[in-house]
Amino acid sequence: MSNEPTPLERFIQGIIPENPTYRQMLGLCPTLAVTGNLKSAMTMAGAVLFVLFCANVIVSLIRNILKPHLRIVIFTLTIATFVTIVDRFLAAYMYSMSKALGPYIPLIIVNCIIICRCEVCASKQSVIHAGADAIGQSIGFALGLGSIAAVREILGAGSLLGFHVLPSCWPNWVIMALPPGAFFTFGLLMGTVNWFVSKKEKKQNNA
Amino acid sequence: MNYLIDIFLIAISAALINNFVLHYFVGICPFIGVSRNIDMAFGMGCAVTFVMAIAAFISWVVTTFILIPGAPVTTFIAGIFLPAEQAKAVDLTILSYIVYIFAIASSVQFVEMYVRKFFPPLYKSFGVFLPLITTNCAILFACLMIMSKVVVDNPAEAWDIGRALVLAIFGGVGFTIAIVIMAGIREELDMCDVPKPFQGAAITLVTAGILAMGFMGFTGVDSGLRKALMPKPVQQASITPVKPDDAGPSLALAHKLVIPQQEQNDK
Repeated sequence: MSNEPTPLERFIQGIIPENPTYRQMLGLCPTLAVTGNLKSAMTMAGAVLFVLFCANVIVSLIRNILKPHLRIVIFTLTIATFVTIVDRFLAAYMYSMSKALGPYIPLIIVNCIIICRCEVCASKQSVIHAGADAIGQSIGFALGLGSIAAVREILGAGSLLGFHVLPSCWPNWVIMALPPGAFFTFGLLMGTVNWFVSKKEKKQNNA
Repeated sequence: MNYLIDIFLIAISAALINNFVLHYFVGICPFIGVSRNIDMAFGMGCAVTFVMAIAAFISWVVTTFILIPGAPVTTFIAGIFLPAEQAKAVDLTILSYIVYIFAIASSVQFVEMYVRKFFPPLYKSFGVFLPLITTNCAILFACLMIMSKVVVDNPAEAWDIGRALVLAIFGGVGFTIAIVIMAGIREELDMCDVPKPFQGAAITLVTAGILAMGFMGFTGVDSGLRKALMPKPVQQASITPVKPDDAGPSLALAHKLVIPQQEQNDK
């Protein structure tokens, strides 16, 4: 990151090359906890998108008046404010989803992705860079959550977003919907991603 | 007597049945990151337990005396400006997240300074983990759980400070158990021939999955214990003392699935 990347580069970086879930391994609690089905995973990703975007923009706007030793506290309080907004919004307009996600919405406050992006990117760069970075990272996060949630919902309940995709003779793998299934799915998907990455690198080295 | 049984069941439930790491998935980052060797894992576990107890104490006090509607301090301050009726209705729970995270961050800072000054050996053993703990979701999760028990419609059901502290301390103990077991397994894993893509985090997650499966075996132990300990048989045996909250459809499913089996076994 020595030569300044453009906002577009920042945006693309977040989606695959620096995917928050698989490459940086940040924000694992929601990744494992809310991926029982695709709908709750996508709600979570939406909430993270809003909080990350707002926090990044605000931090970027005040970056020049931030005192270095107080910055983490400021980041956290900014994030907590936006998380409260999201939480109230969900409770008002999507009550059942808010009940289902339970404590994991307030736990966005301590989600490392957001603090990490504020620290690495937003506190050093202009608003446009910060905003593009936030959207890119959020899309990457949504991809990570979505992949795990899709696998777990298909195998665990035979459905996707509530529609049945597997024939009804499919014996639902209930373990996939339970906590251990989250660990298994994430571990195996991460192994697969690593395998693809190493294969790609080998090809590049040979060429 | 009932109170003691309640405390005992909360402790068992927090440490084993609803283990913070393996059931609620909070504190995964240190669980994956700091579980390389047993000594470090144990130090981290102790630090988390310590901070969790302090944060739980602060959050209980703040919630009970300031945040909930009709809390004494708020009612008093608001009473200066407002008529008594309105002062009693002032509800500050919307500020809870900001207050909690601020309380956690500052208490971690103070604990670090205090331990460094007065207990240098202790600081050497787990001081390095203290700053990391601020962003550990397990602490905030414990605060939120206590808040959900204090902010209830019926004031008589609100948890007292003893229950809150027991929940926090044994939640921390459960975290320590999980992370130390994991560290033990990982020390052995270093000598195994793991396929290259799976080395590091991936195999750790799969191992954690097997561990979580093992801990699932504890499900229903609390309702069984409650039945055995309570003098009078309770009508609904399937109600656990720490109610499984609706944390995601997966967990709701887990309880639906496991509890009927438990009842069959009891018969």
